[in-house]
Amino acid sequence: MATSGLSLSQIANGELPCHRMELGAPEKLRLDSGIEFGPFTIAYQTYGLLNEDKSNAILICHALTGDQFAADPHPVTGKPGWWDLMVGPGKVIDTNRYYVICTNVLGGCMGTTGPSSIDPETGEPYGLRFPVLTIADMVRAQKMLIDALGIDQLFSVIGGSMGGMQVLEWASRHGDRLFSAVPIAGAARHSAQNIAFHEVGRQAITADPDWCQGNYAKEGKRPRRGLAVARMEAHITYLSEAALHRKFGRRLQDRHAVTYGFDADFEVESYLRHQGSTFVDRFDANSYLYITRAMDYFDMAAEHDGVLAGAFRDTDVRFCVVSFSSDWLYPTAESRTVVHALNAVAANVSFIEIQTDKGHDAFLLDEPELHRTLRGFLDGTARRRGLI
Amino acid sequence: MPFDDGGISRGDLRPDLRLIADMIEPGSRVLDIGCGDGALLAHLAADKDVDARGIELSQDGVNACVARGLSVIQGDADTDLADYPDQAFDYVVLGRTLQATRNPRAVLENLVRIGRHAIVSFVNYGHWRIRLALLAGGRIPVASGGGYSWYDNPDIHQCSLQDFVELCDALDLSVLQARSLNRHNRVGQIRTAGIMSNLRGQQAIFLLSKK
Repeated sequence: MATSGLSLSQIANGELPCHRMELGAPEKLRLDSGIEFGPFTIAYQTYGLLNEDKSNAILICHALTGDQFAADPHPVTGKPGWWDLMVGPGKVIDTNRYYVICTNVLGGCMGTTGPSSIDPETGEPYGLRFPVLTIADMVRAQKMLIDALGIDQLFSVIGGSMGGMQVLEWASRHGDRLFSAVPIAGAARHSAQNIAFHEVGRQAITADPDWCQGNYAKEGKRPRRGLAVARMEAHITYLSEAALHRKFGRRLQDRHAVTYGFDADFEVESYLRHQGSTFVDRFDANSYLYITRAMDYFDMAAEHDGVLAGAFRDTDVRFCVVSFSSDWLYPTAESRTVVHALNAVAANVSFIEIQTDKGHDAFLLDEPELHRTLRGFLDGTARRRGLI
Repeated sequence: MPFDDGGISRGDLRPDLRLIADMIEPGSRVLDIGCGDGALLAHLAADKDVDARGIELSQDGVNACVARGLSVIQGDADTDLADYPDQAFDYVVLGRTLQATRNPRAVLENLVRIGRHAIVSFVNYGHWRIRLALLAGGRIPVASGGGYSWYDNPDIHQCSLQDFVELCDALDLSVLQARSLNRHNRVGQIRTAGIMSNLRGQQAIFLLSKK
């Protein structure tokens, strides 16, 4: 694996090639749990230039294990940014035209305050003393940053998966602060199946003796095996049966016959083990617990007497909702529920289900129809906004 | 705000869409169901300053529409109309799609619920050539053409002009305008009481509202 050298502990100490802003002081951030939280740091990356009337800003919201490095090499792994295919000069999210902001979510581990950050009250990492967050809390923190940057209205908020949830949250609670919204492979709530998968991941982490009740940093340990298993399990849910079969089939890993043992005989096993072991170098186990929890608590309709349309009443935001046909983690039906709610308030909405066998992860991949749709939507919307 | 890209002049439209466009007042809110590549919507948005929305089944169609800056959702008339609120649009357009729906009656009810007006166009299975084809040829005709046979004809609920008028009566709808196109795309006036329209009109376009 290519590494550029930075480790998670160095990042926790603030060594990162990105912007950072301290927020939540003196006025703190009031979390859904009722806790007043602050001060905290938001680490963020920007691409392109903000125009004079500050009307060309796009906020990109990352998924569960993403970060602010959407379009430049990752400081830990050295790999291209997670949305390098989408964001850049001349690309779909064209940084020659737009000012792109991507923040590391609150609770994350890439420079934004999270459970691995130092609690100023104790001088030690928060660990499980970190407050439990919601998607709405993450969005509130992002909004404080956008306020601080002096941007009255974002041209668009765009994100996939958990990022899509944040997009919907932005549109629902801060609709006057964005012109358009692009939730991709998202949902307005976490289903029982979504929660179930997350719970398995959390159990894997907390069952690892090196987790130390969340105090592994203090003990000089890290629950590598537990976090790796959580990642392996989650990774399966990001793909589809067809994609797994196309990629690996039943092929054996560097051998001609099965070994009648429990080594990684199959390529798919080897692949998952690799995914697990590389993940732990760039992600914090407690962040994984907190962020998955935030996703589990997500249910937009619940705050509107079970009627999702209530979350979008009188919205002026222009929506482009995208789902993928083989995504069984956040299936098309979830996006359609959002679209129907938007129809119910006669909102301005486009919706497309992209035919692909790549599963949930399709939003990160080279998916020409996705790129074509987004380019069309952004161009059309930019014309309306007077950006082109 | 009208914008130039993707605008289509009236003359470039399919003949039935041209008649539909003529029925729509400038500045209104329009939902086009089965909007295809968005030609009608793009024309209405550009030339009539219409707030244009669409529903389209095909991925290619939706993509073409979104690329034109139109707001279009992937869906169909049978499943995606129920959620729209009453009177959300000034016009709801269903162009050559009614006969392809599973439940045309429910769809028509939804059209006049969602829109103050409904505009419905369809091919007339009562046209004299269709009648003659069955009578003389002994085979079920496919009025919409397109190389279809009885087994793959998308028109699963075929109707004649007269059938349609009877359904409108049953649903207590007013026919505000009714036009026909013959096979040379000549425009005619439909007399809903007479039998000649039902024989001569190859396509029918109705502007409807609730009584």
